[in-house]
Amino acid sequence: MNAGYAQIESLARDSYGRLLAYLAARSGDVAGAEDALSEAFLAALQRWPAEGVPEKPEAWLLTAARRRMIDVARHAAVRSRAAETLSQIAEMAQSETESGEFFPDERLKLLFVCAHPAIDAAARTPLMLQTVLGLDAARIASAFLTSPSAMSQRLVRAKTKIRDAGIPFSIPAKEELAARLQSVLEAIYAAYTCGWDAGEDTTREGLVNEALWLGRVVVGLLPQEPEALGLLALMLHSQARHDARRDAEGRYVPLPEQDVSQWSEEKIREAESLLTLASTEQMPGRFQLEAAIQSVHAQRRWSGVIDWRAIAFLYEGVLHFSPTVGAQIGRAVAVAQTQEAAQGVLLLDEIPLETVRNHQPYWAARAHLLVEAGRIEEGRVAYQRAIGLSDHTVSRKFLQQKIQDL
Amino acid sequence: MQYLIQFLEPAANFALREDPEKAPAYWGAWGAYIKTLVESGIIVNGAGLLPPETATTVRMRNGERLVQDGPFAEAKEMLGGFFIVEVPSLDVALEWAARSPSAEYGSVEVRPVMPPMPG
Repeated sequence: MNAGYAQIESLARDSYGRLLAYLAARSGDVAGAEDALSEAFLAALQRWPAEGVPEKPEAWLLTAARRRMIDVARHAAVRSRAAETLSQIAEMAQSETESGEFFPDERLKLLFVCAHPAIDAAARTPLMLQTVLGLDAARIASAFLTSPSAMSQRLVRAKTKIRDAGIPFSIPAKEELAARLQSVLEAIYAAYTCGWDAGEDTTREGLVNEALWLGRVVVGLLPQEPEALGLLALMLHSQARHDARRDAEGRYVPLPEQDVSQWSEEKIREAESLLTLASTEQMPGRFQLEAAIQSVHAQRRWSGVIDWRAIAFLYEGVLHFSPTVGAQIGRAVAVAQTQEAAQGVLLLDEIPLETVRNHQPYWAARAHLLVEAGRIEEGRVAYQRAIGLSDHTVSRKFLQQKIQDL
Repeated sequence: MQYLIQFLEPAANFALREDPEKAPAYWGAWGAYIKTLVESGIIVNGAGLLPPETATTVRMRNGERLVQDGPFAEAKEMLGGFFIVEVPSLDVALEWAARSPSAEYGSVEVRPVMPPMPG
C-alpha cells in the first residue's frame, strides 16, 4: 500500500479522537468539528500520496480542519450571529501558534461531555464510540441492535444538544468528579459488555477492544482514580478468560467449569496490580467490587477452589453502589452455592417479574437454581424461556443440552 | 406500533424440518422462541409457513391468467413464517427479531405495519 494511505489510516486510528477532542473543545460544536476533520482527512487522502506525508501530519490535519471551520463560521456569520464562534476559532489559532506542534490531549473532556447528565443515557456510549474512536454510525447501530438511521438521528440530536445547551468541555470540579466519572466509566463498560455478549458476532466483538482502549485512555489521564482502575481491571479479568469460554467443539463453558490453563496469566496479573493500586486509595466503588469478584474467580487458577462466600459478600457491596439486575442475579447464584439452592431462588423471587421478563441471564440462572433445588419441571419451563430469549446458537445449544440432561 | 417480523430461511434450513437427526434441534429452537414470544403478550397475529415449493403464484397479464408452481421469484432466502407484533418501538421489535433462530442462519426483516386508513 502507498505510504500516504497507510499513514492516514494509522493516524485516523490513533489520532482521530485527540484531533476531534481538540477541535470540539474549542468550538463547542462536535458535529462541526467532525465535518471539518473529515474534510481534512479527505484533503490528506488527495494530497499526501502524491506530495508525500508532511513532517507533522497531525498539525497539518489540524490546520486544514481549522481553516475549514473558519470558512464555515464565516458563511454562517453572514446569516447569523457567529461572531462568538469566530472569535473562539481565532483564539484557538492563536493558542496553537503559541504552542507550536504540540496540542493538548482533550479526550478526557470529550468523554465527560459524551457522558454528561444532560445527554440522553442511550446516546452516551454511541457518542463516545463515534467521537473518541471514530466508529461510524452504521457499525454502532449494529452493535446496539438499532437501525442505522435511528442511531444517526440519536447521535445528531446529542451533538446539537451539546452545542445549543453549551455543555462545557471541562474536567468537572473535584466535588463532582467522582459522580461524573462514574457515568463515563458506565458508558465504557456498556461498550465492553455489548461486545462481550456478542457470541460469534465479530463486529460486536471488536467493541471489546475499543472499550479496553478507552479504559486505558481514562486510566492514562486519571491514574489515581480508583474506579477507573477498577473498570480496567474488571475488563482485563474477563478478557483473560476469552479463550476458555468455548470448548474445542465451540460449546459454551460456564465460568466455574472453565479450564484455567486457558486463562491469560498476563492479563490476570495486570488486572490484579491495577486493583491493588486502586485499593490504596481506600475508596471502594462498583467497578472495584466487580473486579474483586472476578479476582476471586481468577484465584481458582492457583487455589483450585472458588470462594463463593467472598463472592456473595462482594455482590452485597456491588448492590449497595449499583442495584442492577445483573448484580442481584450474581448474588443469588453465589448464595445458592454457599447455602441452599432454594435460598438463591428466594433471592431471585425478590426481583420484580416485570424487570426480568425478557432478561435472558435471569431465566438461565433461575432454571439452573430451580433444578439444583429439585424443582425440575419449573426448571424445564425456565430453561425453555431462556432458550427463547437467547440471541445466539452457542447459548441456545448449551441450554438445550441442559434440558436433555434433566 | 405494529411491526411485521418476517423470517427468511435458506433452502438448506427448510430441509432441516424433515431431517430425522436435525429436526429436533430446529423445532426445539423455534418452539422455545415462539413460546417465549407468545408469553410476552405482544403477538397480534402470525403463522409458520410450509416450504416455498408448496407455493403457487398467480399473475394476470394482458387479460391472460398465468399460474405457476413455486414462489414468485427465486431467491436465496424464502419466507418461512411471520408475526405481527405490537411493541413500543422499532428497537423492541429488533430485539425480538434478533432472538429468532433464523437471525443467525437466514435473515429477519422488520417492517412497520401501515396505520389504519382514515375514514
